[in-house]
Amino acid sequence: MRGAPGARVTGAGIVRAAVVFGGFLAFPFVFRQHWLINMAFFALMYAGLAQSWNLIGGFAGYISLGHVAFFGIGAYAEAILFRHIGIGADGLVPFFVLPGVGLAVGLVCVPIAWVAFRTRQITFAIVTLTLLFVVQDLAFNLHALTRGSQGLAIPPPTFSLYERPFYLGVLAVFALATLIAWHVRRDKLGLALFAIRDDEDKARGVGVRVGQAKVFTFAVSVGLTAMIGAVWAYYLGFIYPQFAVDPLVQIGSVLPVFLGGAGTVWGPVLGAMILVPAQQWLAYRYGASELYLVAYAAVFLGIMLLLPQGILPSIRATLDRWRDRAAAPEGAS
Amino acid sequence: MSDAGDGSAVAAGPGEVVLEVDGLTKRFGGLTAVEDCSFSVRSGTVTALIGPNGSGKTTVFNLITGYIRADAGRVRFDGKWIRRPDPASLSRRGMTRTFQQARVFGELTLIENLTVGVHQPWWALFRRDVPPDDRAMALEVLEEFGLAGLAEHAARELSYGQQKLLEFASSLMGRPTLILLDEPTAGVNPVMIEVMERRIRDLHQQGVSFLIVEHEMSLVMRLCDPVIVLDHGTKLAEAAPADVQRDPAVLDAYLGA
Amino acid sequence: MHLFVQACILGVLIGGVYALMASGLTLVFGIMRVINVAQGAMVVLGAYLSYSLLTRLHIDPFVSILLTAPVMFGLGVVVHRLFIRTLRGARREELSLLVTWATALGIEGVLSLTYKTTLRSTITSYSGRSWVVAGYRISELRTFGFAMSVAILICLSLVLTKTRFGRSVRATVQNPTSARLLGVNTDRVSGFGFGIGVATAAAAGAVYGMIYPFNPGSHYDLISRTLSIVVLGGLGSIGGAVVAALLLGIAASVVAVTISPIWASFVFFMVLIGILLLRPQGLFGIRERGAL
Repeated sequence: MRGAPGARVTGAGIVRAAVVFGGFLAFPFVFRQHWLINMAFFALMYAGLAQSWNLIGGFAGYISLGHVAFFGIGAYAEAILFRHIGIGADGLVPFFVLPGVGLAVGLVCVPIAWVAFRTRQITFAIVTLTLLFVVQDLAFNLHALTRGSQGLAIPPPTFSLYERPFYLGVLAVFALATLIAWHVRRDKLGLALFAIRDDEDKARGVGVRVGQAKVFTFAVSVGLTAMIGAVWAYYLGFIYPQFAVDPLVQIGSVLPVFLGGAGTVWGPVLGAMILVPAQQWLAYRYGASELYLVAYAAVFLGIMLLLPQGILPSIRATLDRWRDRAAAPEGAS
Repeated sequence: MSDAGDGSAVAAGPGEVVLEVDGLTKRFGGLTAVEDCSFSVRSGTVTALIGPNGSGKTTVFNLITGYIRADAGRVRFDGKWIRRPDPASLSRRGMTRTFQQARVFGELTLIENLTVGVHQPWWALFRRDVPPDDRAMALEVLEEFGLAGLAEHAARELSYGQQKLLEFASSLMGRPTLILLDEPTAGVNPVMIEVMERRIRDLHQQGVSFLIVEHEMSLVMRLCDPVIVLDHGTKLAEAAPADVQRDPAVLDAYLGA
Repeated sequence: MHLFVQACILGVLIGGVYALMASGLTLVFGIMRVINVAQGAMVVLGAYLSYSLLTRLHIDPFVSILLTAPVMFGLGVVVHRLFIRTLRGARREELSLLVTWATALGIEGVLSLTYKTTLRSTITSYSGRSWVVAGYRISELRTFGFAMSVAILICLSLVLTKTRFGRSVRATVQNPTSARLLGVNTDRVSGFGFGIGVATAAAAGAVYGMIYPFNPGSHYDLISRTLSIVVLGGLGSIGGAVVAALLLGIAASVVAVTISPIWASFVFFMVLIGILLLRPQGLFGIRERGAL
């Protein structure tokens, strides 16, 4: 886990990152079919959501079940903002405001985070879950702001490159999230988070700045999530409360992390790349009927019960075992 | 308690009191674990804290270091009375502790275990996880415990005895003046007990004080002076090891009901 | 003032039913440190079962509990054996959240398949009736529901204090390792405890279905309220859950009546935040730093 060599910068690591991101970047220029780019958009969206969630849920072990509330806040922020200001001649202004959205939401969540982190991890999960419902409630009820269940529209884009700008927008946020996750894994903040996950009271006792680390990481995580929500809102063009703050999106952000490996850098990405196409296929097969939910629940349960460690850590553990077994005959351990 | 002239406290000189416990009381529901417990630890000593099972020794440690909040009583360390001890600030001021059951960060490497709590300004959170200076110091400490060869291994790969050594090692990183060891030899094989004993003696010679909860009587007799005896959560006796052995009240406590 | 007292009465009566739901949830947490996010879905399932028994077989919902509770007790034991017992390791508390959430989704899915998503309501002859006492309307239905909840909670507390099983439960709550050493079969205690938790949901569901219209998606609102109650009362404390349920029931009712029903849910959250600021362990929980 922590001590794994993947935490260091290696030539192989750089090549790997270049290949993956190069591939993502080239994708919409190589493949033109709308449905394909649409699916890729959602794959990257969930990869970004998973990566952001990973910072607090994977590294620090604090399962936040309310992250999607901030996704929704980001979405509504974007929609409300662009009722008042123009999207620009090239339709790209909604992308440029993203950092602002992220920063604003990140700052605003600090007091909430400070309160929520006064509890143990289990209570934290409950508080965040409650936050999800409250924000969804607010989205339905604050008519003046959100137009409630009627939904809110965003001005349609003025560019004609179809999905490509949206894809690139969500790719940019995902790349940022991955960069942050990679850096945190190597720096002292990451070490503090892993210690917190391992034994928080002991970490506090030996002098780790537990409160600051948790709140800061949460704020960053939430800011990224809000940015993705904003891109999503612009992409869809019309948002409703039950879809902007949707428990299924929350699950969709968390599952890839556990499938791929919580606390790793590439785990959430791998998880999203597997789950999103699978989920789209499930929706295609069963979406019309209620079987979709049952199938989804079954996949959810399967992953949590059979592979909670995640793919990447399991592979690493197996490789370690092989290495030890290969080394053993050569001499005393 | 001397003053360095600029108002900052200086570690107690030899013979002075480095830790004083006054009237500590803790109740868990109907059970009184610690009752009006008072004693002091002199600087430069290796003081033992012994007593039959259930006499409240570990609870006293937890109260002193702030892992549990006391119902009454206060603690004086480094000249200042503290109503609400906090382990992190105590650690920064020179008092560290180990736990009865080795409590290490299993997922972190040995080096990381040692360096994770090293005091850093807040912006250091974004620099390298283990700065070269910290790493060098950690390796030095691991050397002294014979664990340097496992420096990059995860702590959960260590044997129980090695984990206790690791915990002891981490308690040294902040150059403490007083170390509280909670049953350091419990569950540990004789070879490692020897390593621990040697480290305690070496550190003692350098001026570090110890307060040790221990059941291993031969170790206590060899190493510690004075010996404080607790029974039913309060201090029963305090004397040199040989005298404590002969004290009828102490024998009664151990052998009696 | 009249409105205020009326709201309080309403709040107490509904609080009793919440107390029943919450007691099951907090009991399960006390025994095995697992948060059963599916508790809301279990209540909804209980509501549907009672609804069907009424519409198909004309069995009064209160009577139907005699059928649904044992069945759902069995369901709880099965869910525990299949999903919860296999969770091990340091992260099992957090993982249990996700596993039980998945279970809740599964139940929601199955209910959607069976009953579609139209809102249902379990209507009986006495559904709309109320007494008028000293100028205040007291709904018959809610009073019966409250009385039943009280009765079940008293039974539960008797079981926990007077029976051998209850002693095993309390031992497991206090210290699972010691309990095991003393010969308590903590696995069986956990399974039965989970079953009891789900059975209380069945009872609560029967009443819930009579008071509020419901569909498969209603479990989210229920679980969020129940969780707030349990945290307010102190995780693991049944007495705390009861007190918290009454308090929150009254608070939400007063807000609904004096300000607007829309903000009733918000009250739960605000109280939750308030509690966490002032007393994170809840009313009757214990707070210790991790000591060994």
